[in-house]
Formats: sequence, C-alpha cells, structure tokens
Amino acid sequence: MKRELGQQTVFFKNKPKIIGHYSIVGPKEGKGNLREYFSEIEQDDFFGQKTYEKGERVMIERALEGAVKDANLSFDDIKLFLSGDLLNQIISSSYAARKYDIPYAGVFGACSTMAESLALGACLVDGGHFETVACATSSHFSTAERQFRTPLELGSQRPPTSQWTVTGSGADIISSKGSGPIITCATFGKVADFGITDVNNMGAAMAPAAMYTLIAHFKDTKTKPEDYDLILSGDLGKLGSEILIDLMEDKGYKLGLNYKDCGQIIFKRNQNVLMGGSGCGCSATVLNSIVLKKLITGEYKRVLFMATGALLSTLSAQQGESVPGVAHAVVIEGEKNE
Amino acid sequence: MQDEVRNKKYNSYVEAKIAKTHAWPSLFNAFWVGGLICVFGQVCNDLILMWFPSISTQSAWAYTLIIIIFIAALLTGLGVFDKIGAFAGAGTIVPITGFSNSITSPALDFKNEGIIFGMCAKMFIIAGPVIVSGTVASMIVGIIYLFV
Repeated sequence: MKRELGQQTVFFKNKPKIIGHYSIVGPKEGKGNLREYFSEIEQDDFFGQKTYEKGERVMIERALEGAVKDANLSFDDIKLFLSGDLLNQIISSSYAARKYDIPYAGVFGACSTMAESLALGACLVDGGHFETVACATSSHFSTAERQFRTPLELGSQRPPTSQWTVTGSGADIISSKGSGPIITCATFGKVADFGITDVNNMGAAMAPAAMYTLIAHFKDTKTKPEDYDLILSGDLGKLGSEILIDLMEDKGYKLGLNYKDCGQIIFKRNQNVLMGGSGCGCSATVLNSIVLKKLITGEYKRVLFMATGALLSTLSAQQGESVPGVAHAVVIEGEKNE
Repeated sequence: MQDEVRNKKYNSYVEAKIAKTHAWPSLFNAFWVGGLICVFGQVCNDLILMWFPSISTQSAWAYTLIIIIFIAALLTGLGVFDKIGAFAGAGTIVPITGFSNSITSPALDFKNEGIIFGMCAKMFIIAGPVIVSGTVASMIVGIIYLFV
C-alpha cells in the first residue's frame, strides 16, 4: 500500500460506443423496481432447461443475441466475445460461447465482471484491434446458492448481512462504428483485503476495493463526485454502500445523492432480500436497463459505473481466509453531450 | 503489521455498523412453531397407542418419528419447508424435522449430478457432520459407561 493512488485509468480517444445492449432477468427481479426497464423478464427460473446451470447458459445466449439484434448487427460482425460468470471455471459463459462461431475470451472478476469486460472491450476497440466486441455476464440465484451456500430447499434463516444473488444477464456490443453512449475512460482496480472473513458480509469485504478504485479514478481524471450525474456501484448492498460512503468521507470525498448501488435499487424493500441484490447479473442488468436507457435519452450525461467483486472461492472460505475484493470502473457518457 | 492494525480497526468498525437484530421475535416464532411440532408428535404418539394397543410404547415413538420425518421430507420436496424454516428458524431445525430437511434438500439439489455421485454422495453434506459427532460422542460415553 506504499504506492501513490492513481495512474490506474485508461483514457479512450477513439470513442468506443455501446451500440447495443440487452438485459434479461428472472421472475423475482421482474417484480422489482426496474421491471419496466428490462429487455426481457422470464417467468421460468429454469429458462426452459432441465437444470439451473443450463438455464443460466440460455440466459447469456439470449442476452447476447438480444444485444446483437439491438445493435442491428449479425454474429459475423462480432469479432470477439468477452464474458464471465460466478460458476466454477466460468462454465455458463464458456458453454454459451460454444454455440457461436466467434472467438471467445473468458474473464473473471466475480461480480465485477460487467465493468471488467466493458473496460477490456473498450480498450481493445479503442486500440483498433477489434472493430466490434461483445461483453456479457450473468448470475443465477439458484446456481450461486448451490455452489457457494446451502441447498435451495434447506430451511435455514439467512444472516441479516447477506444479499440475494440476482438471476439475470446483461450484454453489450462495443464498437468503434455506429451510435450509442460512449465509454470515455476505464479505471482498473487493485485487489484490496481488509480482513473480512464473514462470507455473508460481501458488502463490507468489497467496500475497501471500491474506495481505492474511486479515489484512483477521481485523482486520475481530476474529477469530483459531483461531476457525475450518477455514480453507480455494483452490488455493495445497503451495508456495503454505507461503509463506502464512510470510507470516502474519511479520505475527503463526499458521495452525495448521485451515488447509488445496483444491489439496493434492483429489488423492492418488501422482497425479503436483506441487504439487497448481488452477483454479476445485478450490476449487468441495472446498467443494461435503466442506466443505458437514460444515457441514450439524455437524462444522464455522464455515469461512473463501478462494479465490485468478491474474489473468494468456497475452498478459500473453508480454509478460513479473508475475502479479497476488487472494483473496476468505466465512465459512460451520452452521445448527445457533444 | 500496518495492515493488521488497519484490518482490526476495519473489522471492529464493520461490527459496530451492522444493524443489531432483535432476538425476541425470532425466539418467539421458534418457540411456538417448535412447540407445535412437539404437540403434533405427542398427538401422533397417543393416537397410535390408542388405535393399536398391541404396539409397545417404544415402537409407537419410532412410528411417530417416521411420520414426522416423512412429513418434513414431503414439505421439503414440495418447496414449502424452506419458507417455514426461514420463519421459524430453530423451531423447525431442532426437532427431527430439521434433520429430515437437511438430508432431503441436498438430495433434491444434486439429483442432476447423477444418482450415485450426485444424490447419494451429497445427501449427507449437512447431516453428515451431525451423524459423525453423534456417533463419536456415543462411543466416548459408551467407553466411560463401561468403566464406571
């Protein structure tokens, strides 16, 4: 921690744009606050498949196909597919990629995957290496619960600090051509671990990483929190975002009313989700529904989208290790700004 | 060293930040649901003894347990038990209903991974440690009993 904070931001000169986006969610999310903004709400938790894992795969496929359609492109135009998810060996993404005839690079940043893949995709497009790149991620409550926690039908009580994994997937098409909101810069985050060992308190585990990324971002871009219409964190939840506000205040940055957390806005209060939503799908579906729609209409001009991830595995947790967090951020600006 | 101090400080800060939950509503729900299950067991037991006078008291208890285990397993399969459990907490975990649920729920979850290495192997991921510690404890008590 000796290094000066900052110098973690990449600035894009060639205006990589999000020319297509799509969000798909499960039934519970479809009853939440953002129900009218999602591209698709599926009422079947299995997505027509035999297992939840296969269902999650179908969810990514539908999100990707929807985004390609939204961009008015065909799969031939997609030069690279970047995707990741929460399951071991990111099987949802890789198995979904198996269906298509396009190069695929799997990425993993736990719940930060949406911001990570957008940042990487924007770098590749901005650098002129690819004309059009697709970025996607997903999470499914039932597959995550099975892998990380307890069997679905177990009659136990959830700890008050726990969060509810969002069933949903989001996909974006980034291209140097076409029109849409522009990704202007990306801040890659460092892994931060403040020694939280409680796997049911992800918000507290990820908040320090979010703080480092935000400060690095503000220093690099010479901006302040009030320069953004919206600062959106991924899935810190109620507790995590309160901690982030405190941590930022300690460092001299005041996060005001323009700061929101995807985990807190996706569900309604009475949906029994405790601290709020979590998972890759949480930030992915919020970004690809309300946020991008408002960027396109011009209601938002400049959004700082930062997704946070907890980089643990069931093995590391059982061995008593603490939970490291990471956060990546991208700035998305409406096209109408110019 | 610096990190350790920072982590300690952060952990105690987070600890203080977590909203304290009130134990009384949970305790109350656990008490009455758990109590209700016990009353149901007693009623079962008495009815068995009344209807089948030839059955010994000990066998009647065994039949009662089988009935309760079956009902809990059935409710788990129907997807109801987890909702009752989320409400009642220890009220449904402590009676044998919790044991039944802890075996049925992973069995259901892992049926897609195959019958032998999926369902049969994963059936005991929650109940397994309970069975092991119960067996070990009874062995220790048995050895002590042998010498006392």
